[in-house]
Amino acid sequence: MKIAVLMRAVPDPVEEFEIDGEDLDRDYLGFVLNEFDDHALEEALLLKEEIGGTVTAYAIGSADEVEQMLHTAIAKGADEAMMIGEDIDPLDAHSQAAAFAETIGPVAYDLVLSGVQASDELEGQVAMLAAASLGYPHMSVVVSVKPDGDGLKVTKEYWGGITADYRVSFPAVLGVQTAREAPRYVAVARIKQAQDSGTLASVDMPERGNEGRIHITAMRLPDTGEGAEMIEGDEEAAAEKVYEILSAAGVV
Amino acid sequence: MANILIYAEHLNGQVTDASFELIALARQLADSTGASVEAAIIGTGAGSLAYQLGGADTILVGESNELGEFNPQGHAAVFTDLITDRKPAITLVPYTSIGMDIASVAAATTDLPLVSYCLGVNADDGLSATCQLYGGKVEVDVQVDGDRAIFAMLSGCASADDGRSGGAGSEESIDVSVPELGIEFLYLTEPETGDIDIAAEEVLVAIGRGIESEDNIEEAQELADAIGAPLAASRPIIDQGWLPKDRQVGKSGLTVKPKIYLTLGISGAPEHLEGMRDSAIIIAINSDPQAPIFGVAHYGWVGDLFDFMPELTDRLEG
Repeated sequence: MKIAVLMRAVPDPVEEFEIDGEDLDRDYLGFVLNEFDDHALEEALLLKEEIGGTVTAYAIGSADEVEQMLHTAIAKGADEAMMIGEDIDPLDAHSQAAAFAETIGPVAYDLVLSGVQASDELEGQVAMLAAASLGYPHMSVVVSVKPDGDGLKVTKEYWGGITADYRVSFPAVLGVQTAREAPRYVAVARIKQAQDSGTLASVDMPERGNEGRIHITAMRLPDTGEGAEMIEGDEEAAAEKVYEILSAAGVV
Repeated sequence: MANILIYAEHLNGQVTDASFELIALARQLADSTGASVEAAIIGTGAGSLAYQLGGADTILVGESNELGEFNPQGHAAVFTDLITDRKPAITLVPYTSIGMDIASVAAATTDLPLVSYCLGVNADDGLSATCQLYGGKVEVDVQVDGDRAIFAMLSGCASADDGRSGGAGSEESIDVSVPELGIEFLYLTEPETGDIDIAAEEVLVAIGRGIESEDNIEEAQELADAIGAPLAASRPIIDQGWLPKDRQVGKSGLTVKPKIYLTLGISGAPEHLEGMRDSAIIIAINSDPQAPIFGVAHYGWVGDLFDFMPELTDRLEG
């Protein structure tokens, strides 16, 4: 089975964001692999271990974070890692999806896995937009992909813990939320080894398709402090106040 | 103005609150623009649930045994054809596990702009929307080129009760024939219940990404034990396999309303807030002063949870 994994770098969700006009101030922002893409890669590697085949990881852009992501994918067990062209506007999901679809389309993968969503997908989910461009069947919020005869048995999660099982034939694009197992850990030395053992393959950015048709006119931090009474002082003061709240509610 | 089309989702014999929220939102938009509201319901059971969508002017019913309750590929194809036929100015889809399989594919196939993560839509001066990005840490206003678009709406965009009430829309059958599908719906599975039902607890100590590693869970467990409460968690903790699935609070987990909900290192992504915002008292501990959790919390402290946890544990045990 030939599997492609589409990966993206997103602003580190634990960082404090600063806004510069209509975008984040990206100068000092840290980027990390989109956590759902990490699950997509894990599910791809699990499938490869079960039934064989190849896993190719793709990411758009040439930033250090993108290189790091791809080297990590190799260190974890991907057969190939490809950098697609130059950096593009991270909020332009259509161009990202077109770049992925046009790059992987001719290779004719059996299965394309990517994260179900990314925190910056204002114009739609890249995985599903790519599925539409490729003309492949699609499914989002996938929590398990297992080999089943000449196809796959795929579990999709709804809400309140309800799931549904589907039979999926090839080719297909799946938006993974959670891999069957937590994404594997890989030692830094292995990543370094992947880095040293060769440069990443890269392909040119295809012609841009759909230009963005929605425009950000204002960006702001939401009013987060309005509801909460903020506790001042150090951890001792905070613990004392929380103790008082618990006592007053009669739960301790 | 042209019509407003909504995607009404249903699962397990129930039309979801998210669908009623869309009807309420569509009614507000229709009142200001004079548009008519059409609601589409597709798949096995659609025919018997359609009457609940009376808040719409027209209910487009796509009953189908072949598609099952929900077939990502098939439902998206039927709904995309509807957009092509009915040419709505505004199409509203819930940003849910079902809507995610509909909105992007419909947008790409019909070549309409899609605005995702929407909190609100405005049609007074062209089409515009307010959206959340980066896990709810940033809000943006967006303007759409042209006079047609699809909006994927977050939970809470309008009142579900408003969408349930009133109306007696006329029903119309729609074509549900689709080309051969690569996806076949098999069956639904209800969640297994574990030893602890977090939805029934008075106090919950909920941990998030800020806990950093599995080794640190023990310290959170000690605090929870000192309070006499179970540990709950946001999705990243469950996805890592650090706590069982039945401890998950939020959109894909459980909805809880305890007396006290103490969060440690939870930033408050919209998916999490959906599952706990009605708790009586919410206390948030987070090192990021911008964390959206402070927007719904009643009490907050900005600081390191690893400093806080032993202090409170000592205070409770001392």
